[in-house]
Amino acid sequence: MNLRAVAAIYGFEMARARRTLLQSIVSPVVSTSLYFVVFGAAIGSRITEIDGISYGAFIVPGLIMLMLLTQSISNAAFGIYFPKFTGTIYEVLSAPVSYLEIVLGYVGAAASKSIILGLIILATASLFVPLRIEHPLWMVFFLMLTAATFSLFGFIIGIWADGFEKLQLVPLLIVTPLTFLGGSFYSIDMLPPVWRTVSLFNPVVYLISGFRWSFYGVSDVNVVWSLAATGGFLVACLVIVARIFRTGYRLKT
Amino acid sequence: MNSVLSISNLSKTYASGFQALRNVDLEIRRGEIFALLGPNGAGKTTLISIVCGLVNASTGRVLVDGHDIVTDYRAARSMIGLVPQELTTDAFETVWATVSFTRALFGKKPDPEHIRNVLEGLSLWDKRDSRLITLSGGMKRRVMIAKALSHEPQILFLDEPTAGVDVELRRDMWDLVEGLRKTGVTIILTTHYIEEAEQMADRVGVIARGEIILVEEKIELMRKLGRKQLSLHLQKPLERIPQSLEHHHLELSADGMYLIYTYDTRAERTGITRLLGDLNEAGIRFRDLHTSQKSLEEIFVDLVRDRR
Repeated sequence: MNLRAVAAIYGFEMARARRTLLQSIVSPVVSTSLYFVVFGAAIGSRITEIDGISYGAFIVPGLIMLMLLTQSISNAAFGIYFPKFTGTIYEVLSAPVSYLEIVLGYVGAAASKSIILGLIILATASLFVPLRIEHPLWMVFFLMLTAATFSLFGFIIGIWADGFEKLQLVPLLIVTPLTFLGGSFYSIDMLPPVWRTVSLFNPVVYLISGFRWSFYGVSDVNVVWSLAATGGFLVACLVIVARIFRTGYRLKT
Repeated sequence: MNSVLSISNLSKTYASGFQALRNVDLEIRRGEIFALLGPNGAGKTTLISIVCGLVNASTGRVLVDGHDIVTDYRAARSMIGLVPQELTTDAFETVWATVSFTRALFGKKPDPEHIRNVLEGLSLWDKRDSRLITLSGGMKRRVMIAKALSHEPQILFLDEPTAGVDVELRRDMWDLVEGLRKTGVTIILTTHYIEEAEQMADRVGVIARGEIILVEEKIELMRKLGRKQLSLHLQKPLERIPQSLEHHHLELSADGMYLIYTYDTRAERTGITRLLGDLNEAGIRFRDLHTSQKSLEEIFVDLVRDRR
């Protein structure tokens, strides 16, 4: 295995994040803090507890998930799209680097950034609301699994996109709405039965539910389903990536 | 023959249906400088891109020092350095970082001494901490060459290396190529500048419409195809070529003031002595004469035109 190449790609991507610290870290932290101020402190103070948890604390896992999904996707998508756009992808494709190594470098860096960001948001949240984490190892596992899965998804989007508009299309028009409707700010038990059933078709529900379970031990759906849904999506992404590299889709003509 | 690159029956048809390469067979000798000439769209870049792993071949096989570029791509690609035609560099990386990055991509352990030598050889040492975005086009071209040399390749592909570069860089490039050849690196370059091929190459290949139409030693090619012409500037214009001179296959210029005789320098007898004697007998006097040999460019243009 060409580990030097993996480290080089990983290092290159992390250096890019360091150069754009304001956009990579500060901006998501500020916007999450605003959610806490608006939903947690202002509106949340008038909302009764959900499953015995204060509303401010209840939304923390959902907000971390919201940031984790959008940042994983955009980091990974941009990471691979930009070399395609500028043409510098040639040197990765012409180097003795396997597809697995390319994915490890780009997706690993995107996932790392998201995990760091998730932990920073968690630390920020603890300044606003009292937090407890009942299953810390599971919390870290969910964090890593989700970051890796959606970074891989972002990598696919970055390869598929042939313009900056497409790069934003999926995160803005699909992922963000699904996350908002996936129980970030409410328990799906609060919904009317019909919408509750509809919500079960939203994959993000399973992610947020599982992540919230790791914090408070309560969940909308069984945690096993959450793991299965995330794992299933990870496998689907891996299959697509393998196919992309086998065919050279949008990378090689 | 000791081939370092062996291409057999290589074809490429793009999704659009355009056939860029047709059954290309080519052997590149170890340590040589090979110039691939061809008009735009002839398939030069496609050929290089397939060898380097950027484009998938439709059919055919490529071996780099015996390593198949598909089944044994790591070993094959490790030997190759590529300087693509387009100026594609990152913007915010420094020269040092980007050249070191390429070396790492090729799995080579860091070697600051080698990177320093490469940068110094390309007059980039002073710019090592500069961000790429601040460099001129010529400097960026040098950086791309430095990247290609960062991992000490055995085969270097230069795709139109001097397109749009200034005279100084072109001369530096020639020196660099000559220096690399001395270390045993095989160099394959594509170019529009026949002058470049004429100056640097050991062998020349001509590609047109996706087919290799000729591969020849440069000197042999120029000797074989480089026929000479003798132009005779006459004292008085001729209306037509006299019958007694017809067997010389002369051409008469439109104004009747020049007789042009084409001859083969390799032939045992060029026929010049006999021609001059016949002219004397026919009473045709001339005031001046000169000979000229076809340049590689003219040969190339002739070849491609014949193919159409």
